[in-house]
Amino acid sequence: MIGASNMNIRKLIITAAALAAGLAMAPAQAAGGGAHVERQSWSFGGIFGTYDTNQLQRGFQVFREVCSSCHSAHLISFRNLMEEGGPEFSEAQVRALALEYEVADITAESGRRPAVPADRWPSPFANDQEARDANGGALPPDFSVLAKARGVTDPFPTWIFNYFTGYQEGGPDYIHALLNGYHEEVPETAPHSADGTPFQLPEGKHYNDYFPGHAIGMAPPLADGVVSYAESEDGQSVPQTLEQYSTDVAAFMMWMAEPHLVSRKQTGFAVLIFLVLFAGLMYGTKRKIWAGIEH
Amino acid sequence: MSEHSTYVPGNAVEKWLDDRLPVVRFAKEHLMDFPTPKNLNYWWTFGAILVMCLGVQIVTGIILAMHYTPNVAMAFDSVEHIRRDVNGGRIIQATHAVGASMFFIALYIHMFRGLFYGSYKAPREILWILGVVIFLLTTATAFMGYILPWGQMSFWGATVISNIFTAIPLVGENIKQLVLGGFAVGNPTLNRFFSLHYLLPFIIAAVVALHIWALHVPGNNNPVGVEVKDSRDTVPFHPYYTMKDLYGMVLFMIPFAWFVFFAPDILGHPDNYVMANAQVTPAHIVPEWYLLPFYTILRAIDFNILFIDSKLGGVIAMGGAMLMLLIVPWLDTSKVRSGVFRPMFKWFFALFAINFVGLMYLGAQPAEGIYTVMAKVCTAYYFIYFLVILPVLSRIETPKPLPTSISESVLGKNAHA
Repeated sequence: MIGASNMNIRKLIITAAALAAGLAMAPAQAAGGGAHVERQSWSFGGIFGTYDTNQLQRGFQVFREVCSSCHSAHLISFRNLMEEGGPEFSEAQVRALALEYEVADITAESGRRPAVPADRWPSPFANDQEARDANGGALPPDFSVLAKARGVTDPFPTWIFNYFTGYQEGGPDYIHALLNGYHEEVPETAPHSADGTPFQLPEGKHYNDYFPGHAIGMAPPLADGVVSYAESEDGQSVPQTLEQYSTDVAAFMMWMAEPHLVSRKQTGFAVLIFLVLFAGLMYGTKRKIWAGIEH
Repeated sequence: MSEHSTYVPGNAVEKWLDDRLPVVRFAKEHLMDFPTPKNLNYWWTFGAILVMCLGVQIVTGIILAMHYTPNVAMAFDSVEHIRRDVNGGRIIQATHAVGASMFFIALYIHMFRGLFYGSYKAPREILWILGVVIFLLTTATAFMGYILPWGQMSFWGATVISNIFTAIPLVGENIKQLVLGGFAVGNPTLNRFFSLHYLLPFIIAAVVALHIWALHVPGNNNPVGVEVKDSRDTVPFHPYYTMKDLYGMVLFMIPFAWFVFFAPDILGHPDNYVMANAQVTPAHIVPEWYLLPFYTILRAIDFNILFIDSKLGGVIAMGGAMLMLLIVPWLDTSKVRSGVFRPMFKWFFALFAINFVGLMYLGAQPAEGIYTVMAKVCTAYYFIYFLVILPVLSRIETPKPLPTSISESVLGKNAHA
């Protein structure tokens, strides 16, 4: 009987080893499909990361001049743009900006009035149907939390390391990759359909390396030089390239999705330092109390 | 257990109270003087950690409910409103969401500790069964809580799981409609899940009280599994275990805080930042990580067994995997409690733990290719462990000699050291 169960143990250990090997291999297959999204170096990445105010201001400019003509951001208020940890425009700037927009207000005489900082960012379309009609049937997604609604699936064991590095920038990485992933023609790398025929791009769609299924409704929104960044006072200028625009707007979108990132991390440091010190004191106290007990 | 009482009312007021409602006497007996084996290791601190987790969830949950709107048109935005505009809302919401995961980490460790040290064996069967009831209630509560943010995974998770009920013959469809309050997941579903998600934690708290009562009748099991013989084997709960448990709680709060402040979304799914949409199905519908082992068992049964079709078979397997825990005290009849003294059990238990992690991993993978085979192997081992290995080991295994008492084992350990 005991001999038989030893056999069982051996069998089970072999099964476990096979299982472990499977665990190590399996995600490599799962990661196939879309092209590999390159990680960018974000100022807000990692546990010490904070937003770069200038970058957020540039990203806002790209959002306002390009994206916002189709994409809404209905959870964002004008006042958010002057809050600490964000683009930190001055109150005067935000008031002036709001005045350039009109919002619906049933208490106003004509039913519309100029916006104030407390108002939400006005949506470009009255409803989803209008948005679809204006965009060839595709609905431009709302930007409010979009940077957190996109992600990158990392292969094993990278996703385990992510728990320790606090990697939360899959969304901006994907957005950056998407904006740089357009092809004018369907490239040779395009996947073949299930029956082996070459990739067919539907009418009105555009080929993108990173979009699931590769056929995206949005035409390439950004190109070199489409947005004019202001020169800083000392004459230094930021490159006006697709690469720069896409990085800036992805950073701005991350701020829209996670506006309290900086204060959250700041509080986190205070909490963690306290907890570690407190745990040390607790350990000392526990040892002192238990000192006389054999256990 | 009044024999442990050393309580003497200190003054006339305490005496007056003690004659009418002896709460101070009760607290002294059960929270301070309660004799506790002196050899408990840190795995035993997870009971106190779980009480803390329940408390954190209830307190943060009550605050969230003050700002949350259970309506399909407003729920998603109201959670964002909490994150953006409520004072400290980002941290309260993150604590509640991460707290659910931390709760299950502690819960699984606590259960595996019980399984290894044989804490379910006589005279602690009721204690164990109450624990399983708490586990089932917590699972239900967590599942309903995940619906409330009304994201894509909320919606589709609820859709997939509520479809389980339709596998029940004859009344399945009616049960599903009763649970959902309609033919599909919608506003009535959100409302009743919100209501129940608020109710169940208080029921859990009541069962926890019974669980602790059932613990205080036989007293704690311990790592050597030998019953307490005399007072030399024990120390009073306070200050020895109040201090050790508090230390354990503070240590546990460190990874907890790490996730809350530095990676609050890493345990969730990006799709849940997309508002629920009945017209768009996500590419992969994945439940929260703590439900994955049971989700794998549900999906592993993809074949018909006699007159039972694969769907009902999956539901029976998943329900069975959870409910089987209730009868573990009668499946494992070995007289030796602690796995430390069971040379064969140890290995099967280690494999069971690895297997459980494997089931969890497989639940997050698409049900295709090698994964379906692995899911079947892992599911089979889960059941074989309880239904075959535990009963058979009880008969054939020769345990190592047990120490005669806790004190002796402690002295022995220190002599070796």
